[in-house]
Amino acid sequence: MRYSVFSIARNALQYHKGWAKVWRSPELKANYDAVIIGAGGHGLATAYYLAKEHGMTNIAVVEKGWLGGGNTGRNTTIIRSNYLQDSSIAIYNLAHRLYADLSQELNFNTMFSPRGLLMLCQTEHELRGFKRTAHANRLAGLNSRILTTPEVKSLVPIINDSPNARYPVLGAYYQPDGGTARHDGVAWGYARGADAMGVDIIQNCEVTGLSRDGDQIVGVETTKGTIRTKKVGVVTAGHTSVLMQMAGVNMPIESVCLQAMVSEPLKPLIDVVVMANTVHGYISQSDKGDLVIGGGADAYNSYIQRGAFTSLEHTVTALVETFPVLSRIKMMRQWAGTVDMTGDRSPIISLTDVKGLYVNGGWGTGGFKSIPGSGFVFADTIANDRPHPIAEPFGLNRFAEGRFIDESVAAGVAH
Amino acid sequence: MLLIKCPVCGVEGEECDFHYGGQAHIARPASTDPENISNEQQRDYLFMRHNPKGLHFERWRCDRGCGKWFHAARDTTTHEFKAYYGITELPPKQLMQQATGSWAEYFADKIK
Ligand SMILES: Cc1cc2nc3c(=O)[nH]c(=O)nc-3n(C[C@H](O)[C@H](O)[C@H](O)COP(=O)(O)OP(=O)(O)OC[C@H]3O[C@@H](n4cnc5c(N)ncnc54)[C@H](O)[C@@H]3O)c2cc1C
Ligand SMILES: [Zn+2]
Repeated sequence: MRYSVFSIARNALQYHKGWAKVWRSPELKANYDAVIIGAGGHGLATAYYLAKEHGMTNIAVVEKGWLGGGNTGRNTTIIRSNYLQDSSIAIYNLAHRLYADLSQELNFNTMFSPRGLLMLCQTEHELRGFKRTAHANRLAGLNSRILTTPEVKSLVPIINDSPNARYPVLGAYYQPDGGTARHDGVAWGYARGADAMGVDIIQNCEVTGLSRDGDQIVGVETTKGTIRTKKVGVVTAGHTSVLMQMAGVNMPIESVCLQAMVSEPLKPLIDVVVMANTVHGYISQSDKGDLVIGGGADAYNSYIQRGAFTSLEHTVTALVETFPVLSRIKMMRQWAGTVDMTGDRSPIISLTDVKGLYVNGGWGTGGFKSIPGSGFVFADTIANDRPHPIAEPFGLNRFAEGRFIDESVAAGVAH
Repeated sequence: MLLIKCPVCGVEGEECDFHYGGQAHIARPASTDPENISNEQQRDYLFMRHNPKGLHFERWRCDRGCGKWFHAARDTTTHEFKAYYGITELPPKQLMQQATGSWAEYFADKIK
C-alpha cells in the first residue's frame, strides 16, 4: 500500500482498520541467492539495493532479534559528511545525498532534518584540526565552514561562550546541511521497501554457524534451520567478530559499549545539532522536544549492551559545562549499544578470503549517517563480487598494507 | 561500573582508577631484521583482535595506585573478573584451558 494524504484520509474514514501490515513475516526457505545477516540499517539497505539495483529478490535478511533493534534503533541519529579523508568524504557524502531524498524514495517518512550541525572547537589544537578538515572539505566541494564564537552564540543561544570556561568555545566547524533523521523510520522504510520487492526478512532467527566447502561459503545455520546459499553478507555491527569467526575469519575489531540518553520533553531550546568532541558530549532536540544526548564510548571490550556509569557522568559533566541551562533538566531514559571499533576508526566493507563471504562492519560510533551509501555500495559489491569503487578503500587488506583511513584524529570520539 | 583489584599492590577501586590496555598475550613478531616480518604478521600484532563474547584476557594499569600494568581475565558478557595476575605471568591453568581463538594457540604449549 502506498502512503499518501489520500490513503490517510481513506483510512481515517474506515476508522484506521484498513492499514495493511508494513512487511510480511515469511517462513524461512531452504535456498536463497544471497543471505544478509543482521537487520540493522546497513543490512536492510543492502537488501533493498540488492533487490532494486541488481534484481536480486530471492534473498533473505536474518535477524536474531527484531529489525532495527541493534545500534540502528539505539543511536542519536547525527548525520554529516564533513570527514577528513577523501575516501570517507566519498561514502558519507553519497549517503548524505541519498538521505536527502530517502523519504520519497521509500515512500516512508524518515524525518530527515538537515538543520545544521556544529562541531565545537574548544582547544587551540581542535580549532587547528577542524581548519585542516575545512580545507580538505572545501577541496572536495562540501559546503562546510568554520564559525567564530559570536556566530556560534547566535546559532546556539544557550551555549556558554565565556572565555573563562575550562574549555572555552573558540569557534565551531559548521555543516549547514548536517542534521538528523528518524532511526526507526530509516530501518522500517528500508525493510518495507525490500519486503515489497520480495526480500524475506526473518526476525527472531539467530545465525549460529556458517558453513564452508573449502574456501567457498555454502550455507548458514540458524535457529530456524539451515539455509543453502553461495553469497553471505555479514552486517552485524558489534557482533561482526563473532559471526566472521564462524567462518574462520579474524577481524581487526573490538566491541565496546556506547551510551545515549534522552531528557524530559521541553519547549524548543536548540534547533541545530551540537557536538563537543573535546569534552565528549553531543546534543540535539527531537521533534517531541526531548534532548537527545550522547558521549564517549566505554574503554573496554564488552557485549553487555549497558554501559558504564563513569561514561555517563563524563557526558553529563561536559554538557552542563557547555550548556549551563541544562543543569536541572531531568533525564528520562538511558541505554547502550555494542559498537564495533576498528584501529583507524573507519569501517570495513570488504570481500574476504572466503569466496562468497562479504563483510560490512566496523562503523563503530558513527554508522547511522552512512546507512544509505553503505547499503548502496555493499549491494553492488555483493552482486558483482568485486568492491564498488567507493567501497574499495575500505577493504580488509588496508590493515596489512598500512593504508589506513585515519578518522580517529579527525573525529575525536564519537562521530 | 567495574570493581577491579590490582594484583601488585592489592588496592581495589572503580574502573576510573584504572586504565584499560586492551587484549593481552599478543606476541610481537620479533626479529632483528624487519624484512623477516611479513605485512600479515605486523597486521595481526597491531590490529587483529579476538574480541570474544565470553572469556577475555586483557591488560590494565593501576593508575591511581602503584602505577603498574597487570593482567586480568574477564567475561565480556557478564563483566565478571575471573582472575588477576602479573604482567609477566600466564593465567591460571583452568582459564588457559577455556581460552579460545589466538589465545588457545598461544597457551597450547604453555598449559602443561
Ligand atoms: C548510543 C549510540 C549512539 C550513536 N550515535 C550515532 C550518531 O549520532 N550518528 C551516527 O552516524 N551513528 C551513531 N551511532 C552508530 C550507529 O548506530 C551504528 O554505526 C549503526 O547503526 C550500525 O548499523 P548496523 O546496521 O551495522 O548495525 P545494527 O543496527 O546493530 O544491526 C546489526 C544487527 O545484527 C543482528 N545480529 C547480531 N548477531 C546476529 C546473529 N548471530 N544472527 C542474526 N542477527 C544478528 C543484531 O541483532 C542487529 O540487529 C551510535 C551508536 C550508539 C550505540
Ligand atoms: Zn596497584
